[in-house]
Formats: sequence, C-alpha cells, structure tokens
Amino acid sequence: MTNKRITHHPILGSLDKQSTVSFTFDGKEYTGLENDTIASALMANGVRTLRKHEFSGNPRGIYCNIGHCFECRVTVNGKENIRACLTPIVHDMVVESGQVQPSPLDPTNEVLPKTYEDYEKMGGNQ
Amino acid sequence: MLDVIIIGAGPAGLSAAIECRKNDLNTLVVDEFPKLGGRLLGQLHQEPTGEWWNGIEEAKKLVDEAQRLNTDIRTGISVHHVAKVDDHFVVHTNDGKFEATNVLIATGAAETAVPVPGWTLPGVMSIGAAQVMTNVHRVKVGERGVIVGVNVLSAAIAHELKLGGVDIHSMVLPSKNVISADQAEPYAVMERLSRIAHLAPSAFIRFGSKFAKSPIVQKLAVKLYPKNGITMFDIPIHLRKAIVSINGTEQVESVTIAKVTPEGDIIPNSEEVVNVDFVCIAGGLYPLAELAAVMGCEFKYVEELGGHVPVHSEAMETAVDGLFVAGNITGIESAKVARSQGTVAGLSIAKRMTNDVSLDRQLDRAMQNVKTTRDNATIQFHPHIYRGRERVKAAYNRITETKE
Repeated sequence: MTNKRITHHPILGSLDKQSTVSFTFDGKEYTGLENDTIASALMANGVRTLRKHEFSGNPRGIYCNIGHCFECRVTVNGKENIRACLTPIVHDMVVESGQVQPSPLDPTNEVLPKTYEDYEKMGGNQ
Repeated sequence: MLDVIIIGAGPAGLSAAIECRKNDLNTLVVDEFPKLGGRLLGQLHQEPTGEWWNGIEEAKKLVDEAQRLNTDIRTGISVHHVAKVDDHFVVHTNDGKFEATNVLIATGAAETAVPVPGWTLPGVMSIGAAQVMTNVHRVKVGERGVIVGVNVLSAAIAHELKLGGVDIHSMVLPSKNVISADQAEPYAVMERLSRIAHLAPSAFIRFGSKFAKSPIVQKLAVKLYPKNGITMFDIPIHLRKAIVSINGTEQVESVTIAKVTPEGDIIPNSEEVVNVDFVCIAGGLYPLAELAAVMGCEFKYVEELGGHVPVHSEAMETAVDGLFVAGNITGIESAKVARSQGTVAGLSIAKRMTNDVSLDRQLDRAMQNVKTTRDNATIQFHPHIYRGRERVKAAYNRITETKE
C-alpha cells in the first residue's frame, strides 16, 4: 500500500504516535491518523481523486486545501457536498466520491438522461 | 448575547481573543478548520538569525494562552452570513445563529488562482495546499513536482516541501495570459525578487545577491538569465521558462515547459516535457474579505496590500459600528503583524465595551507595536506597505468625517 506519510522531518521531528482511524471511500477501507482530514488521510494512502466533475466527468482532487475552492467536495455518511479538506475522519465514516450528475436541460446531451425516469433506466441511483 | 464573535482562529483572531478575555468579555471564536492557528500552522522557515520559525509551536502558544483564559473556541464552524440588526450582529453558521454586540473578522487571505491548461487534474494544487499537507498533516503531495509562480511565498514553501522529502524539479513562471499578468513577465518577477532579497532569510540573501538593485542590471540579468536557472535550496529557479500545459488523463503525469523571451512570450519550438506527479500553483495572496462586504463595510482597492481591503482605522475599527477587522483581511503581511493587529483589535473591542480609559495607553502601545513588528518583518510582501496603510487610513478618515 502506498504510504505518503512524512514520519520523520528534519525540523519538525518524528511524528508523534497517534491512534489510527478506519473509514471507507467508495466502498474500500482505508486507515488514517487521528486528526487527519478526509483529504489528508486519502492522500496519505495515495488517493488523490476525490470526485468526478458533475458535468464533464473529469477527475478532480484538492486544490486549495483550506475550504475555499470547494473542489474536494465528497459525500459523507449520505450528506453531499462536504469539503474533504476540512472534515476530520471518524471511525466507520462512509465517504463517497462525487459522480457525474444528469443534465436534463442540455439539448445537446445524448449520453446523460433527460428525465429522472431515464436516469433510473440507465442504471442511476443504484 | 455575546460581547464579541471572532471569525477566524489564526494569529489575529487568537491574539484578539486573548485581549478580550483579559478584559472579561463574553467571547466566542469560530473557525472552519479542525485545527487552531490558521495559516500560521503551515509556516516553517529560518529567520535571518538562524532560528526556525515553527508555525505549529507559535500557534500552540496562542491557543494555550487563550484556553488559560477560558476562551470558548469552536472549530468546524463556517460562517456564511452576518447581518446587522439594530445594535447587534447576527452571525449565521452551519451550527446555527449567534448574536453578538461586536464582530471581529479575522479570516486571513486566500490564494489567487492562476489557470493553466490541465490545472483541474488531481495532483495540481495551490502552493498553500501543499504547505498544509506537508507541515500540518505530514503527508507528501507527490514525489516530484514543478512549482508555477516565482515569488517569496512560493520559494519559501518550495524549501519546506524539500524538507518534507518531496523533490522539486524546478520553479517556473506561468505562461502569459490575461489573468497571470505580471506574474508571467520575467522583468517584473525579477524586479520583485530583487526588492525582497535583502529582507529575506539567509538562503534568499545568497540568492538575492545575484541580482543587482539597478533596473538596468536587472534587465541585463533577465536577458542573460542562466539556461539552467539559478539554484536556491538546490531548486532551479527559471525566470526564462514558463509552463505551457499540465498533462495526464487521470492525474498529473507531466508538464510541458517552454522558454520565454525577457517579456514573457513563448519562444516557438522550445517546449520540453518533464515527468512530474504534482504541480503547485503560486499566484500570491489576496485578503479574504467577503464577510466584511456582506456587512456593508466600505472597501478600497490597495495594490500594496494585496487587493480589496475593508476600510479601517489604525485601531482596527471599520466604519460599521461594532465591526472590527485584523490580520491579512486588512492587507497581506506576515503572521507576526497579524498577531500584533489582533491585539489592537481585541483592545479596541474591550474599550468599546467597558469605556475603561486605562485601555487607551495599552491601545497606543499595541498600535506602536504593529509598526515595530512591520519594520522588523523578515519578509515584506510588498515594499510600499506603509503607503498602502496610509491610503486606507485616509479613506477611513474621509468616511467618518462625512458621517459626522
């Protein structure tokens, strides 16, 4: 498993022993340290993609890491649009990446569902 | 009803809270971030004396003092609106509404975004994001990266990334476009670097001494800029190279860099592709002032202070009765200046609440201390900071005179 944790630092010293916290991201279990945010815990595990852009589907990760840009929004325990960079991990937290959303108003759209019914037929919301 | 709500638990907010609590005000400090200390937390650099400035330790000192005074400090609270109702304020947050007689906005600064083709790929982030990841969360943002934007902040953080064991391939300029403006112009970047060199920590001094102060020599230095860049902390700094694009499908795989003329224009067919796994974009800082704007505070655009700042007095009051500001929201300066401004704001609020005349002397001393701190600052973000401060003060006087 990828570990990006900086355990020894020439000026800041060795990382204090901290208890670990396990949580899931898109169904897979990860372990972070107490006081990690969702973004830092995932990055420590080598995971940088937090969501797909709602319209284009392009992969996105953190940008500002201080809560300002909202690029890192994820779903936490069913609640949408939570900023991964500001939210501390807690035991058994269920984190899900943002996915492409239907865009029924786009007249050129041939791939995405135009109604909620279409969306369900195409396998959405499952 | 609270006496004061302080928005932001960085150096300004915490030091203000300490003064408010010393004067027994009913005080609440809120911050979005789970840890206290604001952007002070990420800071780690060597002072000209050789001593290390460790933001985590500096933040802890302020937090300990505030907690010793039983200050109510809450994290994970985002303020999205503040309304003035009669003689008090209602602060709207994700955790309900709070009412207070005074509000101090100490929200600090945000980073100016510099768009580059491919900048939405995972692995591209602001330089401050990388700083927080490395020093606060102790996580490497990648193995080898490129920094886009050459300024005092990006150079300092580049060094911090190296200390964290992250390899920096080089620092280059953004390519010229309508947004990147003079960040992409080698002459302008060189001029800014030469102005700060004498103030900056030891390695900068060596770096800066390579530039002369005369504009003619600076121009010559840009023209004859070494092909391999000038090295600082073992990081090549290129003023004659700019990023053209960031490449990758699922995340950052490489960057395309081209040579540029002394004016910042791309030299055709000079592109090279460099394999990296992350990119940091450093566009500089601007005051994070939206909350002051929704409260009807007057603003002034002051280039020396980093952008639009809420008009305020030397005592940190705005023209909105009961609304105070402190720290980088009033102009981009060092954390030490923010901390001393916080003390001024705290005393001003205490004075408004208690009418205690003995606070006048303390307030005068605290205002003098802001100036002393400014004079002694290791890194000045802008050389004409005093001129900027004077312009804001004059604007404040104009507004209050009209009111009377």
